[in-house]
Amino acid sequence: MSSESADAIKPPDPIRAVPVRHWGRWVSAALVLALVAWLVEAAISAHFIDFAVVRRYQFSSLILKGLQATVVLAVLAQITGIALGVVFAVMRLSKNPVMSAVSSFYIWFFRGTPVLVQLFFWYNGIPQVFHTLTIAIPFTHLTLYTTPMTSFMTAFMAAFLGLALNEGAYMAEIVRAGIISVDEGQVEAASALGMRSALTLRRIVLPQAMRVIIPPTGNEFISLLKTTSLASTITYGELLRRAGDIYSTNLEVVPLLIVASIWYLVLTSIASIGQYYIERRFARGRMRSTAETPLQRVRAVMRQRPRL
Amino acid sequence: MTAMVKAESVHKRFGRLEVLRGIDLEVAPGKVLVIIGPSGSGKSTFLRCINHLEKINAGRLWVDGELVGYRESGNKIYELHARDVARKRAEIGMVFQHFNLFPHMTALENVIEAPTHVKKTPRPVAIEAGLALLERVGLSDKRDAYPAQLSGGQQQRVAIARALAMDPKLMLFDEPTSALDPELVGEVLDAMRVLAREGMSMIVVTHEMGFAREVGDHLVFLDEGLIVEQGSPREILSAPRKLRTQEFLSKVL
Repeated sequence: MSSESADAIKPPDPIRAVPVRHWGRWVSAALVLALVAWLVEAAISAHFIDFAVVRRYQFSSLILKGLQATVVLAVLAQITGIALGVVFAVMRLSKNPVMSAVSSFYIWFFRGTPVLVQLFFWYNGIPQVFHTLTIAIPFTHLTLYTTPMTSFMTAFMAAFLGLALNEGAYMAEIVRAGIISVDEGQVEAASALGMRSALTLRRIVLPQAMRVIIPPTGNEFISLLKTTSLASTITYGELLRRAGDIYSTNLEVVPLLIVASIWYLVLTSIASIGQYYIERRFARGRMRSTAETPLQRVRAVMRQRPRL
Repeated sequence: MTAMVKAESVHKRFGRLEVLRGIDLEVAPGKVLVIIGPSGSGKSTFLRCINHLEKINAGRLWVDGELVGYRESGNKIYELHARDVARKRAEIGMVFQHFNLFPHMTALENVIEAPTHVKKTPRPVAIEAGLALLERVGLSDKRDAYPAQLSGGQQQRVAIARALAMDPKLMLFDEPTSALDPELVGEVLDAMRVLAREGMSMIVVTHEMGFAREVGDHLVFLDEGLIVEQGSPREILSAPRKLRTQEFLSKVL
């Protein structure tokens, strides 16, 4: 009797099972490696890519200037787009029918026309229709500021206005989806505490909507980083335009397109990493414990390695 | 003495559905009114009318002598501006069935949110008061926990502390224990019991008949938008006069 109960207390041996072998993974890895090797070999032997040229231009001052112009344009357009998006999302959800209609029209128009056409409108169209830009007090003859439209609507200004207004329309829908996703009970609880709608929006609804807003906003920014290349068509000196300037004189088209592509990849990769960490920040309070970052996971694996 | 809450023929419709069909009642300051009734009887709706989360369609509703949501002068009735509605709501605490804590804020942040942003209490003062409130509901060690890290009972106690932080003159409880596991109901009822003993005016919608009998000063049985029976909780719960009340109690007791 006593020996039996002692047996019951002793835990059973841990399971040491032979893991399932994933032969398929090894086979597919081998196939992929072979394919990549073949492509690289073909590219090199055909002198498709002249890496010396790529290396020479990757950090050249013209390209870096273009890179800077791309980043400035994308960041400004995105920030403005987010601000416009919040404003138009709130208007769209407003009980005021005028506000809601104005917002619907804005979203319909800017989402419904190609951004390239919008850029042409700002850069080529507006200066043709309005020859001067004048800031004046309506119904008087007082003029505060006036300038020829062509000196106001620079390539940068047109690119910024075009991309920001277009981005604002997409962000409005993203922000609206985020606001709608927040539980109604949250607004009720805030109202019951005497909080008014603007305060409730700022302190209670938007911070919670962020969890839904950020992932698509990250996608928007990554997409916008690449869409800035359209501004090359209206003479804005961003990355692609600079690369084009160079290859139109030295005819090294492919290496310079690769130079530009590498920079786009670098920018979008940085944006993805940033997005990951911002998402974690706003997941706060949603999960019982936050998941490890990839970096922490790598460190954990490194610590375990010697034991295997 | 002015009644804390006074209802006169309160009617509420949702589209064609008549949810409240003439509610008359009075709650004296410092007293606890318990409202019971089957689901769909209108008890939550009535509670939500008191702080104007719902607009009433007919009748009159006063809190502490002032009309809820409206201003009457001459024989005209004016809608109150959102600013004034909010100011009056701030004087009435409400506790919800599903707690409705702000999930992106810690327990303490939940409690000090309204004092710092609505009343403009300086943050250090609000924190001190907030910690005292969390201690009162037995959660001083959970000040930095997010709602997701708390049990249902703990969340509801934080919600009570959050409502008390605005120093309300009236507390509304909308089925505060209905979403809780049975073993967590006691801790929330305890917190409410203490509050009642301290002389807080309270209206409690609940299915906890034991609590109603022990803490309630007055009990109302609501069915299909009308008061079927009201009186002292002890009398109604042990010897209901109306058949409808008997039927309901035989199912829940």
